[in-house]
Amino acid sequence: MGMTITEKIIAAHAQKEKVAPGELVQVKVDLALANDITAPLGIKELEKQGIDRIFDPDRVVLVADHNTPCKDIASAQNVKLMRDFARKYGISHFFEGGKVGIEHVLLPEQGLIVPGDLVIGADSHTCTYGALGAFSTGMGSTDIAASWVLGETWLRVPESILFLYEGKRKPFVTGKDLILFTIGKIGVDGARYCAMEFRGSVISELSLDERFTMANMAVEAGAKNGIMEADGKVLSYISERTSRPCVVYQSDSDAQWREVIEIDVSPLEPQVAFPHLPSNTHSVYSIPKIEIDQVVIGSCTNGRMEDLRMAAQVLKGREVNPGVRLLIFPGTPAVLKQAEKEGLLRIFLEAGGIIAPPSCGPCLGGHLGVLAEGEKCVSTTNRNFLGRMGHIKSEVYLANPYVAASSAIAGYIAAPDQI
Amino acid sequence: MIISGKALKYGDNIDTDVIIPACYLTSTDPAELAQHCLEGLDPTFSEKASSAILVAGKNFGCGSSREHAPLAIKASGAKAVIAASFARIFYRNAINIGLPILESEEAAEKIKEGDQLEIDLDRGEIKDLTSGDTFKVNPFPPFLQEIIERGGLMNLVKERVKSS
Repeated sequence: MGMTITEKIIAAHAQKEKVAPGELVQVKVDLALANDITAPLGIKELEKQGIDRIFDPDRVVLVADHNTPCKDIASAQNVKLMRDFARKYGISHFFEGGKVGIEHVLLPEQGLIVPGDLVIGADSHTCTYGALGAFSTGMGSTDIAASWVLGETWLRVPESILFLYEGKRKPFVTGKDLILFTIGKIGVDGARYCAMEFRGSVISELSLDERFTMANMAVEAGAKNGIMEADGKVLSYISERTSRPCVVYQSDSDAQWREVIEIDVSPLEPQVAFPHLPSNTHSVYSIPKIEIDQVVIGSCTNGRMEDLRMAAQVLKGREVNPGVRLLIFPGTPAVLKQAEKEGLLRIFLEAGGIIAPPSCGPCLGGHLGVLAEGEKCVSTTNRNFLGRMGHIKSEVYLANPYVAASSAIAGYIAAPDQI
Repeated sequence: MIISGKALKYGDNIDTDVIIPACYLTSTDPAELAQHCLEGLDPTFSEKASSAILVAGKNFGCGSSREHAPLAIKASGAKAVIAASFARIFYRNAINIGLPILESEEAAEKIKEGDQLEIDLDRGEIKDLTSGDTFKVNPFPPFLQEIIERGGLMNLVKERVKSS
């Protein structure tokens, strides 16, 4: 019996010839990251236990992206704790201030992830790096802190589900729509504990930015990781950023799948996930008129260049509806600079949008755009749980950047061809 | 070890945002987090949590990786969580910080709000004293059992650091 990409990466990091689903293994960790919400718990736990050894400071990544620019004294203390920890142990991959970006946009952009890596992070969306053919998964603060000390962690080898996407995409159907549709089909626990491998001619055609969006949301189906084969697009992206050697894996033709799910994308229309689950998906063309108060474009899901280009394509020469606040969060300083270079920032400003700093900000109701009671928001983020973006009686509708931008113009949820 | 408490029932897909909203995550103090645990879903939770046992549906703890979620539940005084299934990050976090969790679809379905429960963690058994039902729970793999017995992952890490 052959192995999947996920199994091959885990086997290589467990120094084994072969692993099988269900097996518990100790694996070497290439990189372990945490942010300003999750790192403080881990750092304090290490201090409490009197542990003052880090396995390899270059394998630790600390990104102050959640409550930054610091929203209050407590969040400033948390970033200070990270900074002091980074200095004490000589951790060079510490990002704050003008260097900070949203972690899952930033790490690939910095060339910190290569195909074949095994990456863990104290952030559930760590699964994003599967778009590069790496195994990556989210854990909690204690697991990550333990891996900083030991250089390894334990994993249960997941079963794999193969998703095959074929057909021809309609206009305004993006990677975001493919993953929302998939989550809608299998449910928020449809891939619980599993690896989701995305494949098919549609995946090959997708840009890297759209692939990141898909892998990013694997966790919203309960998956341990989302993964794709590293193809030529990935290898050229990597070669522009790092010379670190990578290992490209493919699943064997006789690999064992828990299920193979074929999706014909041809009839698919842009998706909107209604409150309060990402699986609550509808075609944008089938929904009633839902008036909105806010639009958020950005996040680790949709805060990359392509996402901003999609938004700008809709917003160019138009004005945001007076009843709507449009917030745009470029994922990293480099994305922001490129958007400036391409004239996108001017388009956003002339449309009446607000350009926010690279930050997780409103996605998790932290700051920079929290919702009041009864407010509705169309967001390109990843979660629409009860109270996720603010008041417990606020509502979040998940969509792609085309739909988000069109909704900002219309004042209600709409696709570009409806405004 | 025997744990007893009164069942507090919740539904499917209880996510970590609703267990502890992000606006409180600037704190790492369990007692402070506990004051806001599940407040959006059940505003009276913190009053009745002490000595309660949470009984929920499938995919408990889905969403964000925040370890603040099991910490908040543990500090609220709640003794354990029984669920039809757990999201994987929450599952790891609960074991790592020493919050007892038990997976049983049958128990999650049959136990009713307010039932008096008794859990034998060593034998993997849940007794519903109100209905008289007994539910068997699948034991943890030996490696996870070791983490639980040592009182959390960090104690194991500390031992390995000392011995190296």
